[in-house]
Amino acid sequence: MKNPVTQVQLKNGMRVMLKEIHTAPIISSWIWYRVGSRDESTGKTGISHWTEHMMFKGTKKFPGGLLDKAISREGGRWNASTSRDSTRYYETMPAAKIDLVLRLEADRMTKSLFDPKEVASERTVIISEREGSENEPMFLLSEAVQHASFRVHPYHHEIIGDKADLHSMTRDDLYSHYRTYYVPKNAVLSLAGDFETKSMLKRIKELYEPIPAGKVPPRMARPEPEHNGELRLTVEGPGETAFTQIAYPFPNATHPDYFALQVLESLLNGASGLSYKTCRLYRALVDKGYVVDVSGWSESTIDPYLYRFTMVHRPDKTPEEALSVLDDELKKMQDTLMPEAEIQRAVKQARAVFAYGSEHITHQAFWMGYTSMFSDYSWYTTYLSKLAKVTPQDVQRVAQTYFQKNKRVVGTYIPQGKGA
Amino acid sequence: MAKGKSTQMSSMPSPEDVYQVTLSNGITVLARSNFNSPAVNLGGYLPSGAIFDTDDKLGLADFATSMLMRGTKKRTFDAIYNELETVGASLGFDSGVHNTNFGGRALVEELPLLLTILSESLQTPSFPKDEVERLRTQLLTGLALRAQDTSDMADLIYDQFLYADHPYGKPTDGYVETIRAITRKDLETYHRLHFGPRGLVLAIVGAMHPKKAVEAVEKALGGWQVPGQIEAPALPPLKPIKRTVRKHHVIPGKAQSDLVVGTVGPNRKNPDFMAASLGNSVLGQFGMMGRVGNVVREKSGLAYYAYSSLHSGIGPGSWEVNAGVNPKNLKKALDLIEKELQRFVKNGVTKEELADSQANYIGRLPLSLESNSGVVSAILNIHRYELGMDYYQRYESLIRKVTREDVVEVARKYINPERLVIATAGP
Repeated sequence: MKNPVTQVQLKNGMRVMLKEIHTAPIISSWIWYRVGSRDESTGKTGISHWTEHMMFKGTKKFPGGLLDKAISREGGRWNASTSRDSTRYYETMPAAKIDLVLRLEADRMTKSLFDPKEVASERTVIISEREGSENEPMFLLSEAVQHASFRVHPYHHEIIGDKADLHSMTRDDLYSHYRTYYVPKNAVLSLAGDFETKSMLKRIKELYEPIPAGKVPPRMARPEPEHNGELRLTVEGPGETAFTQIAYPFPNATHPDYFALQVLESLLNGASGLSYKTCRLYRALVDKGYVVDVSGWSESTIDPYLYRFTMVHRPDKTPEEALSVLDDELKKMQDTLMPEAEIQRAVKQARAVFAYGSEHITHQAFWMGYTSMFSDYSWYTTYLSKLAKVTPQDVQRVAQTYFQKNKRVVGTYIPQGKGA
Repeated sequence: MAKGKSTQMSSMPSPEDVYQVTLSNGITVLARSNFNSPAVNLGGYLPSGAIFDTDDKLGLADFATSMLMRGTKKRTFDAIYNELETVGASLGFDSGVHNTNFGGRALVEELPLLLTILSESLQTPSFPKDEVERLRTQLLTGLALRAQDTSDMADLIYDQFLYADHPYGKPTDGYVETIRAITRKDLETYHRLHFGPRGLVLAIVGAMHPKKAVEAVEKALGGWQVPGQIEAPALPPLKPIKRTVRKHHVIPGKAQSDLVVGTVGPNRKNPDFMAASLGNSVLGQFGMMGRVGNVVREKSGLAYYAYSSLHSGIGPGSWEVNAGVNPKNLKKALDLIEKELQRFVKNGVTKEELADSQANYIGRLPLSLESNSGVVSAILNIHRYELGMDYYQRYESLIRKVTREDVVEVARKYINPERLVIATAGP
């Protein structure tokens, strides 16, 4: 590797990953906590995401409002997001100003205030965020399909949570969630950019090692039992356009079949980050006039999650007609070996996408922390070589194993005409 | 600790490192090296857009532009994308009122391919009949989705009233009946009359010597000649807003309403621009969406997003506030926003607020210029608005010289709280 990564565990168990890159006077800092929507029980759905919002409301040392201003004043960019498996906070700053965010993140790891007034006002902000999503037919459909796909595993609810819980959760629920998961032992700090590793590490130790280690919180583990039999559902709502989403159970990111499935994905739906007009489903469904658009994607998760296809229907073709064409294409993948050249194509595409990503320091720091949430950084650095090792036989086998009709959920959004 | 080895200046384009050439057919090429990644980005524009659309065929420029890569004299739609996708390259076009824009990226060894496809798409699109119909269905579905999108519809209504009887007041993607009315012949004619090398600007940034990049462009596009390429008509004058206009567009069954409140803003070349831009930062950008975000989101908990923006381009700009709120809170949010606008016009900004936004504008430069695509868009902006290739060397002083008095003056000049356009969409 051109830029080696230094990985260190602090005395309190917090992991630190550092990668020097001197192409621009910028540093990107990401702090990751192993907590996400999969750690939420019924009645508390959305608590991880709400906690993430509360982290912007201030500590004694960095009161709310001042945080935003302090970062913005230095020309920094910052944000946070909550996923199914993790919660992450990032700041990308002019290199000379990075100390501010290191101090800020160390402070808000344990000293966020969760002022009841702020909790109350954030409750309606998050409900508004959810209502914005509810305006989208695809959100409504996707939520229903996800819910039908997981009866037992906590991947069953949307990250933003259910409205009932957003109305009923209390300040104490949020605070206790925060104190449970926001501890050094449960955190990873990843930094990339224009710094010198030795002095950076020294500063990180000064700021973070005094924080008490905490306990590694247990993660919710309720494996989804195998589904037997296809599940179909419909969602009705305003509009003129019908959508279908089809979800198949998909293995987790460290499963041996993961990379063969990535090649399969690139064949069926195109490579992530590129146009997808010559992938098999686009040719079969859009070019042949069955749908307006088709896409598909998987996620890199700790536990098995989903591979989802979405079709945007044409007014002159039914969802059933389109679904049968999609099924035919999947069957072709199961019945025939793909040409070796198509694997080379998938590798070349991935190589290009990696090259584009390397221009962004934020992106580089992201990948270090992101992969450490479900695997380790070698998952990223060996990605291309693992992709290159996939054989046509592997792809055929995983197509047969994972795309089984009796394991899937098929959801259709049925528009109720111009008005509702 | 953060004693950087890289220097801030090296990331900023300057007259010394942006190589500029005008080809014999009028195409301007701007090229700059960046050997930090093995990739190359290109971007550019030419003066072809919805300004040429007639009311009965509104959306023609957009339709024609979207057809450029759907088949050329040499290649089919599938062949074009197959070439690009096989090597992980991408290229795309879109069009606005004044210009057709394009952008693409590839591993550097694939630049010739990228330029070949760009050149064929620009010069010899073939508008295959079945592709026209396929795209028409997609555009009509896009319009059906737009009709259901509270944010899109609030924007559309806002533009209609802010820019009444003006090309900016018409949606560049047209309406269902106008998209249906466009024929294949219209698309061909539009392309023949409005695409050509005159006024075309192309920027390339990536892992290659600038002179090599220019040679590659010359090879791909240097021979393009279009005699009689039509000049765009001048923009008509804008009708002033005499009193506040309020329009609500009903979309039943939606959980959230969107609002747009605003007025006309300066264009990009106007000397008022920088003061207005910094003022806007205080009003609805800085930190958590500025003052607007503070009152609507932070203090009142009414919205997930509430911000202001200044859209300044070639013609009259728009200075506007956007938010998405629960339908029952629409009036409350509008009242808060109108109050903020009144306060902004009456008192302007504080010394501290202005200093914060100035520091933000200066500090964020390296971030916006770290990638090839960031540099491409920066140098295209410099060229488009004639800011001078030394713009980033002068940038800090341009920002610092804006005073509180400048800000309050432009706020009063452009924003009259009694003469706003207020557009909302939702149940």
